[in-house]
Parts: sequence; structure tokens; C-alpha cells
Amino acid sequence: MDKKYFFVWEPEKLKQNQMYNAFSKVINEKNLQEKAEVIKSLFLGLTADTPVVKIMPEGNIYKGFAESDVETIIDNALNGKTSKFTCECGNKNSKVPEADPQSKQFKIVLRNAGYINPESIEDYIMRGGYSAVEKAVFSMTPDSLIAEVKASGLRGRGGAGFPTGLKWELTRREKDPVKYVICNADEGDPGAYMDRSIMEGDPHNLIEGMILGGYAIGSSQGFIYIRAEYPLAIERLEKALTAAREKGLLGKNILGSDFSFDIELRWGAGAFVCGEETALIASVEGKRGNPRPRPPFPSVSGLWNKPTFINNVETWANIPVIVEKGGAWFATIGTEKSKGTKVFAVTGKVKNPGLVEVPMGTTIREIVFDICGGINNGKKYKAVQTGGPSGGVIPEKFLDMQVDYETLQSIGSIMGSGGLIVMDEDDCMVDVNKFYLQFSVDESCGKCAPCRIGGKQILEILEKITKGNGEEKDVEKIKSIAMAMQKASLCALGQTTPNPVMSSLMYFEDEYMQHIKGKKCSTGKCKDLVSYTIISDKCIGCGLCAQRCPVTCISGEKRKPYLIDQSKCIKCGECYAVCKFNAVSRG
Amino acid sequence: MIQEINTGKMIDVVINGEKVSIYEGTTILDAARKVNVKIPTLCKHPDLDATASCGICVVKVKNNRKLLRACCTKAEPGMEITTHDGELFEVRKNVLDLILATHPNECLTCLRNRNCELQTLAEEFGIRQQPYKAMVKELPKDVSTKAVTLDPRKCVGCGRCVDVCQNIQKVHALEFLDRGFDTRMAPAGDIVLKESPCIKCGQCSAHCPVGALVEFDEVSNVWEALRNPELHCVAQIAPAVRVAFGEGFGMEPGELVTGKMYALLRKLGFKAAFDTNFAADLTIMEEGSEFVKKLTTEPKSLPLITSCCPAWVDFLEKYYPDLIEHFSTCKSPHEMLGALAKTYYAQKIGVDPSKVFVVSIMPCTAKKYEVQRSEDMKSSGYQDVDISLTTREFVRMTKSSGIDFKSLKPENVDSMLGTYTGAGTIFGATGGVMEAAIRTAYFLVTGKNLGTLDVEAVRGLKGIKTGVVDVQGTKVRVAVAHGTGNVRTLMDELREAKAQGKPMPYDFIEVMACEGGCIAGGGQPYMVSNELRRQRTAGIYKDDKECAIRVSHENPDIKRLYDEFLEKPLSHKSHKLLHTHYVSRPLYYK
Repeated sequence: MDKKYFFVWEPEKLKQNQMYNAFSKVINEKNLQEKAEVIKSLFLGLTADTPVVKIMPEGNIYKGFAESDVETIIDNALNGKTSKFTCECGNKNSKVPEADPQSKQFKIVLRNAGYINPESIEDYIMRGGYSAVEKAVFSMTPDSLIAEVKASGLRGRGGAGFPTGLKWELTRREKDPVKYVICNADEGDPGAYMDRSIMEGDPHNLIEGMILGGYAIGSSQGFIYIRAEYPLAIERLEKALTAAREKGLLGKNILGSDFSFDIELRWGAGAFVCGEETALIASVEGKRGNPRPRPPFPSVSGLWNKPTFINNVETWANIPVIVEKGGAWFATIGTEKSKGTKVFAVTGKVKNPGLVEVPMGTTIREIVFDICGGINNGKKYKAVQTGGPSGGVIPEKFLDMQVDYETLQSIGSIMGSGGLIVMDEDDCMVDVNKFYLQFSVDESCGKCAPCRIGGKQILEILEKITKGNGEEKDVEKIKSIAMAMQKASLCALGQTTPNPVMSSLMYFEDEYMQHIKGKKCSTGKCKDLVSYTIISDKCIGCGLCAQRCPVTCISGEKRKPYLIDQSKCIKCGECYAVCKFNAVSRG
Repeated sequence: MIQEINTGKMIDVVINGEKVSIYEGTTILDAARKVNVKIPTLCKHPDLDATASCGICVVKVKNNRKLLRACCTKAEPGMEITTHDGELFEVRKNVLDLILATHPNECLTCLRNRNCELQTLAEEFGIRQQPYKAMVKELPKDVSTKAVTLDPRKCVGCGRCVDVCQNIQKVHALEFLDRGFDTRMAPAGDIVLKESPCIKCGQCSAHCPVGALVEFDEVSNVWEALRNPELHCVAQIAPAVRVAFGEGFGMEPGELVTGKMYALLRKLGFKAAFDTNFAADLTIMEEGSEFVKKLTTEPKSLPLITSCCPAWVDFLEKYYPDLIEHFSTCKSPHEMLGALAKTYYAQKIGVDPSKVFVVSIMPCTAKKYEVQRSEDMKSSGYQDVDISLTTREFVRMTKSSGIDFKSLKPENVDSMLGTYTGAGTIFGATGGVMEAAIRTAYFLVTGKNLGTLDVEAVRGLKGIKTGVVDVQGTKVRVAVAHGTGNVRTLMDELREAKAQGKPMPYDFIEVMACEGGCIAGGGQPYMVSNELRRQRTAGIYKDDKECAIRVSHENPDIKRLYDEFLEKPLSHKSHKLLHTHYVSRPLYYK
């Protein structure tokens, strides 16, 4: 019988290792070391507030169990039975990348994350790691490697979707003998953690991809630009680099071939704009991370004015599989123009938030409802935001649209790097956009006028609207400023800063008008536009609202209608939420 | 001015339907200028690389999804460019509206009033109202240097000052601090300029499109002195001022207005119109003698490095204090003249030296700092120069006086401290001090004048110029650097030689902090470019050629000064009045 591996993951806020120790204890006490092994998992691709265990090789995931259930879980697993704690997301996995019809996921990038000890190069190699490097340096020319990547149809996963193979070819074509390869690990969208998970869960995958990239374009030095806020990823990457060097996979004459390549880490201080490639290069060079005009593109003149090839983490993580299984295989996955899979970090008002990896062309409905279990607390779906502060909203009417680069663009959003924030009926569009705009305003490098000033001006207008001082001409003003920003900003950050607000105006203009003309916010998020009152006809005088009110501004006698003191009310909505008789009105 | 560089290969592009041939590598902005199409821009300065920050110069290029910035996009063969249409106007105007919303509405009280690039754009775009909420940052004004005033409220974030300070001058005093909307230009570390590495060269102020960086304005103090009946006001004009001052009145760059300026000074109420060129000749006598003394008695102490540029003095004291021993002890010419005005001149005309008020008209902001640099600047017993005005300030002062400068009849200088030779006037251009010094040093060693007085090797705009002068068998190796960025290269070469115990590569070095020398100083009229530098330089060399005497040692007023007062070069009195000391200064005071 196959040995069973129990990958135990425990949320940080709980007592660490409680469940891990429980599993160890049972295995040791019952002398099951031959049949079962418990492994501390640092990442299982989903987040939960309770411990999770994933049993391999079957891939069953259980959550919601207690320490006393551990023995049963182990017994069941060893006897081929399943336990009652099955996780709804059913996040199965297999050793080699293949579609999983049950979960609708398809793990290429995340194929190892959670199943290997990320700090063990042996684990990675055991799962076929670094065989692509071996294949490439001994049996492929750089040109044939590029041809494979071109055939795969892989496009940049950082957001813009530029064809990766073409970018490689352009860099290879440059005559300069010194070229650089850079991994953009400056992930910064709110709610996005795809790249961090890859680096923390499978660092060698990224390194292998970069080695292949270095071989393809003829570079001997790579850099990983990673934000200092990712200390675990940094630690694991450092360890992985050292391990790869020891195994002769990095450094001089890789695997005894005449190809030499090494990688260094460069820490960023966490400026969002440093994800823009020219700003990133400036930062690696030790300068202030400001974008510069393109052309010249980095493929012609990048780091230290040398031809430079930059891709983000997820793009790199696709390369080993493409080399291993061939570009043609990869091209069978996805839609006509968008090949392969995409990792999304699903967050927000969703039952099972976490990372999902799905083939391009999967619908939002499948991601949100089938994979992630739908909206929390039975609330109504309002929209999802893709592309974070550079993207836009996808309203209900597009739930069944196939997600790829082109379709998202056609409805005013973008693929972005993979953040997918789910909003329900309680989210106010004006309020949400204030958040995105504040983010972009804070993260603008401040160099070019349209972005530096335009974002701040739109934010001011939104502030004004949510305070009840909006005027009808404000919408026109937003549109004018947005136009100037989109057309005249130097880099993508400024060009896309107005996207969320423009996209929400496209689908939710009514909601803006409700704020501006009606001076109302139906979700209650804009506190200056909402007031809570008790409907005396409905109030039975139970006093629950008064008990819950955090500022004790509700008073009354039992069994008589209560009253809210408007001068003290902080509009938290607690009374509205607790009243069982719909006696609190919001308006 | 078209910044078209001959790259050898011509390409064709179409601009607004019109075909234009340009050199490969020319930007769209310059290609358009060639067919007399002006694409508006706020941040691009003809003297600097594009910072691409304002976003006003965007144009349409056929088959390009996005608008491109004309300032930094190189024209490519066959490009079809649209520079003006309704949409472009709307985008540009919107961007300008956004910029104006962050700029204080203080045109009437601004030093740049009617000489401001933002104001001009607002006028050209027909701005009649401000649609967006005013968001002027409330930040304090920095007048700590008393040479350059930084008013960050007025900054439009174009980045020219940072570029010139970091990449051209390599001083690294100015930097962008903070991010996003809060981005502001300030000394790194958020300190005041006086406590920063700033050398007061004023190149930032010469390149600023608005009133965010300007000269420390002292015009009103000069007016006050002039109306004080107790004071005996005298003024001197620097070599480089005479070829640029006319620009303020619509005259051509390089046009010599020396005689008109003497007349102007007297009309304004100055009791004497002196010329710093005279003091330049005196500097040559002192510095030339210093050099010859070192060359003949202690050649190991060479090179001798010139010291007429106060921004350079500050740069050396901050960045290369280990090279102080090589520095000439000569004060800058206007300081020498100031010291003499309050001693020699005061004695001769019988005026109480405490009542003599000396105003220098200089191309320079650093001279404002220099007048109070150390106790040596009070060698007469009083502050030797009371106020140093920049060319730009003096243009404004003249305009406010009601005098029609262009119609003034040229007058002669007051001879006691005024007569000058061609050698004195070329101080205004890079290489000029060296050339003047060679002319006299050659004479001092050989007793003869050079056959050809023109020393072409040290002329021109090349960043570092070197040459060898044969002085009766002794090969004197000279080097000239201008723009402190280039100066660094030269000083590092000296440092390297010193560290390795190798012989010094040069015997005599001239340094000017500003590119092109004083003709393009930080206090000169705006919109400097290499083309403008050449025009002003041509005016300087024309003046030299037209001088009857072209070597300092033949200046009759200088001879008289030594006979009557100073005795001889490097005399005790000379040392007291005309020489100074240097100290190592920290880059940062905090």
C-alpha cells in the first residue's frame, strides 16, 4: 500500500503546530511511521480560519475537524475511506499537470505548491524539476527553445499580456554580448498574492524558468526583483538559489555544459510603481523607481542600458512545463488567443477565498460559484474586480463570459496580474472606487503631471460625492480628467488609474447618480449619506438594538418603541443588522 | 532652436501631411520645429534630455494606439505624425488645467511674471478659468543660501533642476522627495539648501520653467542704496554679462552692450561704472605670477587650479578638500575689484571707504554667496562687495527704471578700475582664464609675447579640454573643465594620480562650474542651449579681437595700480587684499 502523506496547514493566528503535533502523536503512538507521514504545509492554495489537512496521493482535503478527530482521519485514510470533514472547494491535485474536471482547476504553475517541501531541492527534482534545464542545455538550441515558447502562445502574466516568445526573440536578436534576465516579483495589487505563493511554495520552479530564459536569450546573469515585504519568499529563494548552485544548476558551466548563468536577488522597498518595468530597472540600478519613456524598450536597452528581458513570476513558472511538455501541448489549453492557465487570488465576499488556477476561458461564474463556493452569507453577487487598481468591474451580466485577455478588455476591465475581488450587494461602488483611487494616488511615482495630479483630483471629487456634496457636472469632470490621464500619462500606472472609476461608471452610473442627486447611499457605506431611524409601528421594544449600539445612542423603555439619538449615531449599522422585526430603517 | 544632431543618415517623416527630412535620431519635437510646427511642452528644455514628465507634448502617430510624447520619441522612417487636432488640444489643455490647479495664482507678484513658461502656455491655450479644485501645497520657502531661492509651492515637477543638479553638475543637492501627489523637489534629506551639498551655481534656477527656483532677489536693496545720499555707489559688470544682457531687451545673444551698460549704470545713479574685466586682468597678474613662481621654484606643487568661480570654490571645499593645496589663492575678480574700490579708489577720490557701496552685476548666483563667504571678503575693513546682482535681476531693475536701454549712447568706463584688455574679457567663456593666463605666463617667463595670442586648444564647448604649451622648452600641460560634472572627472584623475604616487597629469587647470563658463552662468537670461552658448561666446571673442591690447600685463591701469598702490604681484598688500584661504566643508551640516 502507498504511504499516505498528511499535509497539515494551520492558520497563523491559531496556536502553531497544534494539529501537526496531534498527527505526529497518533502516528508515533500507533507505530504507523511506515504507512503515514505528517508534513507541515506552508501553503495549500486556499485560506481558511481553521486548520486544513490534505492527504496525498489522493488529494482529499479536510477542514473543520478538532484535535480529537485526528485519529479517525488517519484511520479512514489508511483504510481508503473518506472523512466527513471534506472541504467544499475540493481542491484536488495531481503530480503532473492535467485538468481536474471535478474542481474545474488546472494546475501548471501551482503544480508543486503544497506538495513539496519548498526548501528541498530534492523534492522539486523528485517531481520532475530541473529536467527541462537538462533537456534544454543538452538537446535544444536557444532558437528552438524560443520556438517552443512562441508555439505555446504564452503571454505575459503581469497584466498586459505581451507574447512572451516574441519578447524573448526581440531580446535575443540584440547584438550586445551582455544581456540580463529579470524576474518581476514586485507583486503589489491589493488582494493579490499569486506570485508570493509561487515563490514561497515552489521557488525552484521560478529559478528553473529563469535559467531557461537566460539560455534562450544568451544571458549569464539574472535578477529577481522582490519586495522586502515578502521575507519568507526571500528566505526560500535564497535557500533555493544556494541549493541550485550546489547542484551545479546555477553558476559556471551548468550541468557541465558551456552555458553559465546565475541569479541574484534585489530587494525593493515596496513601491507599487516598481512593478512597471522601466521603474523596476531604475530601482535595480539603485535609482529612484521612476518610469522612463519607452521606446527604447528594455529588450533593446534595459538594465544598465543592456538588452533586458523582464517577466513576472507566474510567466516564468510556466516555462519549465512548456519546455518539458512542448509548446503544442500548452497551446491546447485555454482560448484561441489566450493560452494556458491563470492563477487568481480570489478574495472578498466569497465563501472559500484562496488561490485558484484555471484554464484561460473559465467563466467568472465557475471561479466564484463553482470553485470558491459562491457569495458569503447568501448575499447577492454585485461584481468582481479584476486587475485591482488598474482594472475594472465585471457585473452580473458578464458572469458567463469566458475570461481571457481580450474579453476582459472588451468590457472595460483587464486581466491584470490575477487579483480577483468579489463584491456583494453591501458594497458601494463609489466607496470601493475611493479605495482603489487612494491606492493609486499613494503609489503614483509623482513624476508625470497627469498621473500625479489627475488621480488626486478624481479622488477629491469622489470624496465630495460620498459626503453628499456631489454635483451632476462632477461626472463629466471625472471623465475629462480620466481622458487626460489615460492619454497623456507616461506609464501604465497613470494610464490605468482611472480604469476602475470609468468601468464602474459604465455599469453603475445609477449608483453614482443616487449619491449625487438623491444624496443617498443604499448600501450604507457612505456614512454621510445614511441615517438610521426606528419605525415606531414595527418596534416591539425588545431593546436588542440598544444593547448592541456601541455608542449607546439608542434609548427607550421595554415594550415601547425605542429612539435613536441622531447627534450621537456613528452610523455603524449594528441596530439595522440585529433588529429581527425590520423596525430599523436605513435611508 | 532645433536640437538636430548630424548622425549621418537622413530619414523622411510626414508631419501634418508635410514631408520632412531629418537626421536619424531626431525627436518628433525637433522634427516638427524643422517645418515650423511648435508642439507645446512645459518640461522639455533645449539644454537637457527630456524628462518626459509634463505630458503636454503628446502627438498622434499613425498605427499607434497610444499618444506619444514628442519630446522623447525619436522619429522613425515613414512615421506619419499629427501634432495638432481637436483631441490633442483637449488632452493637452486638460493636463495644463491639472497643472494649473496645483500652481499658486500669484503671477502678479512672481519674479517670473511675463517671463514664465507656464504662464506663456496658459496664455497660448487661452485658459480663462480653472475647472479643477485648487490644490497648492503649502510648503515653506527656502532662502537659506541667500543665493538661490527655492519656493516648492510653485514647482511643477518638471524635473529639470534635479536633472541639471544630478546629471550635469553632479552635485546631487536636489532630489525628488516623497511620492505621488506629495512629490516635491527639495534637498535630499529634507534639509535646507544651505545645509545641503548645494554649490549655489544656480543652474537649477537658470533651467526652471517657473518661479520655483530663482535667484535670491536683491534689486530693492540696490535701489535703497542708490537713493541713500550718504552712500557713494559704484558698480562693476562681469565679462559674461555684456554678451547676454541685451537679450533681456530683445537684442541678439552675443551682442556686445558694454558701452551702453556703462551709460546705464551712470543713469541709474552709480557714481562710477567699473569693469570686472579690469580685475580679471589683475587676476591674471596675480595668478600668472603664482603659477610662474610654482613652475620655476617648486614644480612638484603643481598643478595650480584656478579659483575665479565661487561655485567651483564651494564644490572643491565640499567634494575635493584634499586638493585645496593646489588651489590658487587668488580671489575672484569682482572681489578683488571690491577690495580695491574701498581702498585704492576711496583714497584717490577722498571718500570715506565706509560710504563706498559696491554692486557687482554678475552672470552668477554663487557670487551672492561669495560676498559673505569668509572674513577674507572683508579685506578692506568692510564687506568688499556689498551686493551681487545677477544679469536677470539687473534686466528687471533696468526695466523698472524707465530707461530705454536699447537707445542709450555707449559711454566709456571709469578708468581707475575699468580699462581692460582682451585677456580680461575672455574670462567670460570656458578656457578664457587659461588662455589669458598663458598669454601672460609666457611673457613672464620669456619676456616675449606669444606669436599667436589665440589658444584654440582651450576654446570650445568640449567638456574637458587639454593641451601642451611650450614655454621656452618647458612643456606646460594645461587642462580646462567646465560644468562640475566634467570637473569631477578631471579631479578624480588628479586624486587617482596622487593616491598611486604617480606624477600629476597637468600643470595648470582652469575650472568653471557652469557648462560653457560664465556666459551660461546660473544668473544669465533663460533658455540657454549650446547654440546660445556659442553665440554668447562668439561675442566674447569678438570683444577680445577688437581690443587694442590683448594681454593683461600691458594694461596701463594695471601698471598704474601696481606702481601707485600694490607695488608688485604677490606683494604683501596684494596678499592682504587679493588673496584668500580655503577650508574643508562638510557636504551635509546635519
